[in-house]
Amino acid sequence: MSATALDISGWTCPAPLRDRPRVVMGHGGGGALSAELVQHVFAPAFGGEVLAQLGDSASVTLGGARLAFSTDSYVVRPLFFPGGSIGDLAVNGTVNDLAMSGARAAYLSCGFILEEGVEISVVARVAEDLGAAARAAGVEVATGDTKVVEAGHGDGIYLNTAGIGLIPDGVDLRPQRVVPGDVVIVSGEIGLHGVAIMSVREGLEFGVDVKSDCAPLGGLVRAMLAVTPDLHVLRDPTRGGLAAALNEIAAASGTGVVIQEGRVPVPEAVGNACAILGLDPFYVANEGKLVAFVPREHADAVLDAMRAHPLGRHATVIGEAVEAHPGLVVARTGLGGTRVVDLPIGEQLPRIC
Amino acid sequence: MKYIEEFQDPELARRLLDDIHATVTRPWALMEVCGGQTHTIIRHGIDQLLPEQVELIHGPGCPVCVTPLEVIDKALEIASRPGVIFCSFGDMLRVPGTGRDLFQVRSEGGDVRVVYSPLDALRIAQQNPAREVVFFGIGFETTAPPNAMTVHQAKKLGIPNFSLLVSHVRVPPAIEAIMTSPSCRVQAFLAAGHVCSVMGMGEYPELAARHRVPIVVTGFEPLDILEGVRRAVRQLERGEHTVDNAYARAVRPEGNPAALAMLEDVFEVTDRAWRGIGVIPASGWRLSARYRDYDAEHRFSVTGIATQEPAECRSGEVLQGLIKPHECEAFGTTCTPRTPLGATMVSSEGACAAYYLYRRLDLAPARTAPLEASPVV
Repeated sequence: MSATALDISGWTCPAPLRDRPRVVMGHGGGGALSAELVQHVFAPAFGGEVLAQLGDSASVTLGGARLAFSTDSYVVRPLFFPGGSIGDLAVNGTVNDLAMSGARAAYLSCGFILEEGVEISVVARVAEDLGAAARAAGVEVATGDTKVVEAGHGDGIYLNTAGIGLIPDGVDLRPQRVVPGDVVIVSGEIGLHGVAIMSVREGLEFGVDVKSDCAPLGGLVRAMLAVTPDLHVLRDPTRGGLAAALNEIAAASGTGVVIQEGRVPVPEAVGNACAILGLDPFYVANEGKLVAFVPREHADAVLDAMRAHPLGRHATVIGEAVEAHPGLVVARTGLGGTRVVDLPIGEQLPRIC
Repeated sequence: MKYIEEFQDPELARRLLDDIHATVTRPWALMEVCGGQTHTIIRHGIDQLLPEQVELIHGPGCPVCVTPLEVIDKALEIASRPGVIFCSFGDMLRVPGTGRDLFQVRSEGGDVRVVYSPLDALRIAQQNPAREVVFFGIGFETTAPPNAMTVHQAKKLGIPNFSLLVSHVRVPPAIEAIMTSPSCRVQAFLAAGHVCSVMGMGEYPELAARHRVPIVVTGFEPLDILEGVRRAVRQLERGEHTVDNAYARAVRPEGNPAALAMLEDVFEVTDRAWRGIGVIPASGWRLSARYRDYDAEHRFSVTGIATQEPAECRSGEVLQGLIKPHECEAFGTTCTPRTPLGATMVSSEGACAAYYLYRRLDLAPARTAPLEASPVV
């Protein structure tokens, strides 16, 4: 059995992929199928050393400046949800990808793909949310684009944003810097965004007092870097949730990760919703949280700095990087047992009963 | 509401474990019937904490796992037809039929929709009168009543474009089949609490007496499982074999009369094939004659489908408790959740998937390192 679920022996590029001749929803789920698409279709086609970093944002040097550069697309349904909208997401998602490389986001691009028939007032509301979120994150929308697709070919509004920002001197955040002994910190309660979206999604509406945690994390990251620039890696656990983020870091760093399940802050409402739907909160998306791997000697100070920031009030140490089981994430259960926390395959599916 | 945390309390769990350790004097093999129980056991590491003498054998109670390949293929065939909206619970979409799954049908243009209640499928039928809407009605006694109610509603409201592809199964005949198998090692059962919350416990005393086997009705949280094991082990050590309800907060002896009446109205008992096990007499339900018009198999004439199970998949033996998942040669090599050979690997409640997801560390000796050497800060 290999360390990862992917077996690349005998594969050819380009597609077809071995067992999925067509795109399925799981290819966008942030799990193993997504990784497969990137590794075996996109990366070989595009080439390039920068892309090979496969980070949430790319680190590039241009005119002597170290820049972080990132893009993301937003296809969320519904467009407005408790705690935010697709406009907020489109800013915070990209800003946070930049923040995870330590960069201070500076400029965003914004592409609107509108479906014929969507009300202008809805477009305006999304645009206002987007603008407000950009101002709150301290970034400027510098360029944009609009396309319209025929009715029935979209869900009202799709957005794409790209962003650039400056990486401060002395900051080098990437999984390869993780070493055994690093302390794993999560900045707050997990699962809020995913459960908030599910609670208002057609066919699944359920009454729950949960709002998305959608927020820009640049300020929190700056507070952490002010304590020490020697953070090893940051990751915002969006699609695929905490489990995917930890697995990506474990796989890319070649270290194992052990977390104490009971220490992961899961709000009661999120836990209950997941229990009813048969989902695991570790795999549910977040939009305003980060996971940090911090050298042990700096852990207490970083934790204090996080807790002093509004977006890190509930920051908690949940585990550590270990030499054992390289590439695997293992959870110690509340009862004292252990289990592997795997990379999700595609999207989580509510179970039958 | 703290209805979950209360049943995951580590301190209470420790007490129950201590009691079990103090009670056991000999080896015992217990079968948890339901895949949901298996999932809890493996996810929380309960099997690692029990005395070595207590072996938990995983039973056939995963609705996704036991749905026959032939029925999956019928679903794929119906879902592929033009004009059909095929509705299903989410976890059926990834189950492989012969060569493909419902996700693939959807990617090829089929209108396959995930619903969270069969009544959602009925609503879709009302909203799309020109389309045929089919709901994939699988599962045990837990999902059968709402599916029955949906068909009842369709008839009552006169919704002609709705039908049910039905493959419901019943637990007690499966327990009977397991106990009469010559290779059976099971000495006690943790019965599925949610099944009993619908059906009551009426069918169990005779089973327990005839096979001299304790049956403890058990819930799904860690403390439920431990309490079920504790009561089963106590009975075994004392030589008793009674039916014991350890899930009284949800299960009444008589079950749920309204649900039972709905089942009686819409379904009739039939022989049913279980994937990996074979036909078990009187182990399933089909639509009764009054509701035959709502049977998707008849409506779409999906007959003559040839099925082919992967030769190397031993999920049938896993479902019968004859082998543990990792004792199958394909486990973790040619069979993983990404490329499953059998439904026990693809379903989130399947025993093979649970072992693969949560136990890989223990099952791969070359990679195993003592966790104690790496304490969490």
